[in-house]
Amino acid sequence: MAKRPPSSLLFSGSEWNFATLSRAYEAIEEIAIGEMGLDVYPNQIEIISSEQMLDAYSSIGMPLMYQHWSFGKRFVFESHFYRKGRRGLAYELVINSNPCITYLMEENTMPMQALVTAHAAFGHNHFFKNNYLFRQWTDAGAILGYMDFAKKYIARCEERHGIAAVEEILDSAHALMDQGVFHYRRPPRLSPAKVTERTRERLEYEEQTYSDLWRTLPTTAGSVGIEEAEKEAQERKKVLNLPEENLLYFLEKHSLILEPWQREILRIVRVIAQYFYPQGQTKVMNEGCATFVHYTIINRLFDQGRMSEGAMLELLASHANVVFQPGFDDPRFSGINPYALGFAMMQDIERICMTPTAEDKDWFPDIAGNGDGMGTLIDAWENHRDESFVLQYLSPALIRKFRLFHLSDLATNRFCEVASIHDERGYSAVRAALARNYDPSTHRPDIQVVDVDLLGDRQLRLRHRIRNGVLLDEAERDRTLAHIRRLWGYGVSLAGVDTATDRVLYECSSAQA
Amino acid sequence: MPNFIDRRLNPKDRSLGNRQRFLKRVHDELKRSIRDQVRSDKIADVDTAHGVPVPKRGADEPSFRNASNSGERHHVLPGNESFSAGDRIGKPDAGGGQGGGRGPGRGEGDDDFLFILSRDEVLDLFFEDLELPDMVKLNLKETVTYKPRRVGFTTAGTPSNINVGRTMRNSFGRRIALHRPSTKEYQAVADEIAALENEPTPSQPQRRRLTALREELEALERRRKRIAYVDPVDVRFNRFERQPLPNACAVMFCLMDVSASMGEREKDLAKRFFVLLHLFLKRRYERIDIVFIRHTDEAHEVDEETFFFSKQSGGTVVSTALEEMQRIILDRYPSNVWNIYAAQASDGDNATGDSERCAALLRDDLMKLCQYYAYVEIIDERESEIFGATDNGTSLWRAYRKVDGAVPNFQMTRIARPADIYPVFRKLFARHKAVQLSW
Repeated sequence: MAKRPPSSLLFSGSEWNFATLSRAYEAIEEIAIGEMGLDVYPNQIEIISSEQMLDAYSSIGMPLMYQHWSFGKRFVFESHFYRKGRRGLAYELVINSNPCITYLMEENTMPMQALVTAHAAFGHNHFFKNNYLFRQWTDAGAILGYMDFAKKYIARCEERHGIAAVEEILDSAHALMDQGVFHYRRPPRLSPAKVTERTRERLEYEEQTYSDLWRTLPTTAGSVGIEEAEKEAQERKKVLNLPEENLLYFLEKHSLILEPWQREILRIVRVIAQYFYPQGQTKVMNEGCATFVHYTIINRLFDQGRMSEGAMLELLASHANVVFQPGFDDPRFSGINPYALGFAMMQDIERICMTPTAEDKDWFPDIAGNGDGMGTLIDAWENHRDESFVLQYLSPALIRKFRLFHLSDLATNRFCEVASIHDERGYSAVRAALARNYDPSTHRPDIQVVDVDLLGDRQLRLRHRIRNGVLLDEAERDRTLAHIRRLWGYGVSLAGVDTATDRVLYECSSAQA
Repeated sequence: MPNFIDRRLNPKDRSLGNRQRFLKRVHDELKRSIRDQVRSDKIADVDTAHGVPVPKRGADEPSFRNASNSGERHHVLPGNESFSAGDRIGKPDAGGGQGGGRGPGRGEGDDDFLFILSRDEVLDLFFEDLELPDMVKLNLKETVTYKPRRVGFTTAGTPSNINVGRTMRNSFGRRIALHRPSTKEYQAVADEIAALENEPTPSQPQRRRLTALREELEALERRRKRIAYVDPVDVRFNRFERQPLPNACAVMFCLMDVSASMGEREKDLAKRFFVLLHLFLKRRYERIDIVFIRHTDEAHEVDEETFFFSKQSGGTVVSTALEEMQRIILDRYPSNVWNIYAAQASDGDNATGDSERCAALLRDDLMKLCQYYAYVEIIDERESEIFGATDNGTSLWRAYRKVDGAVPNFQMTRIARPADIYPVFRKLFARHKAVQLSW
């Protein structure tokens, strides 16, 4: 056991001040970068009060956000639960930006501030900077500038066109946020406000001058053959680049009735949706990474004799709370806790690398016993999302530890069937099923624009590709269609087509209001 | 080295604007919800704080979402203790948890989310529906009673008001201050003398001691006589003052015709009127009783539930209700203790000849017992234009017109819409002058 001269403690007691914060930061940084080899954006750490934390929560965690009633609703909701004690506040909030902004709450004790610094400013920060999804899809350097532009732009629209008009567009755009993301092609990079402004102006100019796409006047005075008209329509459709999965993008580019400022608002909502797209796919990994990092760092600090036993005890208690996973029949159960699963998997990977069992060697021949736990983890953090991460790294040992089992649930049956459990025959199946659950395409309805009736009533045709017979919530669906209709300006129809059989399961259209 | 920024002093309520927008958006729904609650709650509960469920309409954010009750799903759950592959499990009611994350503020939690509106907020919304111009203090004069109340002590008074505790405390203080020899001290000297006197052959020093003690005893006795145990300056009396008190209790009679002609709308209007009356009286009295009397061709005292919600039909004899009220007053609410208010809601239908009898009952008997009696006639919206301010109308209305002139604490008016209620209420109560009742 290392000798612990009391003078080497980073802090004592629970009070914090900026001197202790920065002393702790430096010690943590030394371990995170020097020993663990993390690679992070520069950090900016901001101290806020609990009300401000609630504020930040309710604007989907962005430090800058335009005004909208739904954020007010979220605030009322969150503060209600907070005051009732039904939900604690997060100790921290971290923003994927460059510099990476971490919020610390003023109410936290000093040990907690150290934990949060390790968790957010190094764990999440490293993940944001290195994971391939974030690198590919988000532009950390530009997001704050863009949000600033968005906030000001929308405020300007409210001045010019009235709050109600702007709210109407935002409501509709928010309804399509989940369908406002490019899932497969890379979105255009966020550019600094000035460039954005210039493109927008050019767009406006183009709008005002010419749009051949929607020419409806007959080309010549004489009658044009139907064939020719149809051919023309086919060509236009090709220009429209159908089918299109990003509904917001399609409406922004091709809706006839939107004014330029309304298109810009759609674009803003779309950009924000796109920015958050990777976060939804990496919840387990992101939280697991941050939890693993803080756990490693605080233990290291303790071993170095730079943290007192009291502080360590406090941190272990909150760490245990964070990674607590109640069983499915526990009243506290609300799904698999991404912190618990992520952290356990990362510890497990380290174990497999360092002290593999025979089973591990069978399952993970590439990494078992390679002796480089940290390197293996850094590689995993960089190159996976939750789905592929679980599929690749969930070990039988962990399946047994969590006592995972796989239920298949057919809506028409009154029973769920246990498809497989944590036994020799079940490992792969459980792992595959869990991985599938983290694939966003299993919860996100797949809805695409497939056609526009250019010759007739300009009806927009959407197709919902139904997988496994999972339909849409009907009331929500109809209200959402009404929002699409508002943005499109003409009729909108939606057909649900079963992916397996190509049978049309339902058809509906927006009321012609 | 990181960049530390202290943001605690930044403006806190960044989302205030958003919250205001949200409240504005759900405002109509909240109003509707309050209205429903007024309709279904007990009158006395209307102004307590309420939890109002977040209105769904106007504040929902729809999106394409998978329905939970269709298709095939797969769940992976932790904590298996006893299942093996192939087992079947009955489905839980609330569809099992899923690993997938949902955005904040969405999902199941929304449903049981309540706004807690304070009493004032509820009243604001309540009054807004009644189109309250602004909350004016209504001044209805009630007779004031006096009650003697203890306010400290005085040096003069009647013996029956002596405050013994305070008197003895003063006396004790004075005795200590003036060194009055205590009984214990006195007794000690007396005992010693007695002991010495019993000595058969007292020695010289004993005899000298005895003499000294006798002198001392005498001195003590003199001192005890000069300093009284209780002196007149010690005596304190309780002091009472007559304090004007708001009347402690009131009873409110709600009289309603429940014959077939009183439909849902009429009852709702009547209820709102009664609620308003109750809110108003509640500001003045510590305790209010509510008595519900409904009548067709015979009258009964009923509970609130029955009063507003049960269906009954039959002929209409209004006087039965007044008789019932009189009986209850004589029975349970002596008018020298209780402030009696009554409000009668009716559509004005009455049996032939009975209206005159009602007027006579009111004039001769009831109005002597009541602080105030308000008659509200609920009429059709179309009729309101015809009947607006004229004297003609139903037989009951015409009969009551005569009472209206003769007795000052009787008021009557007509309402047709919820928005009429408050102005009418003000008219009924604000104009009212102080009434000296003769009992």
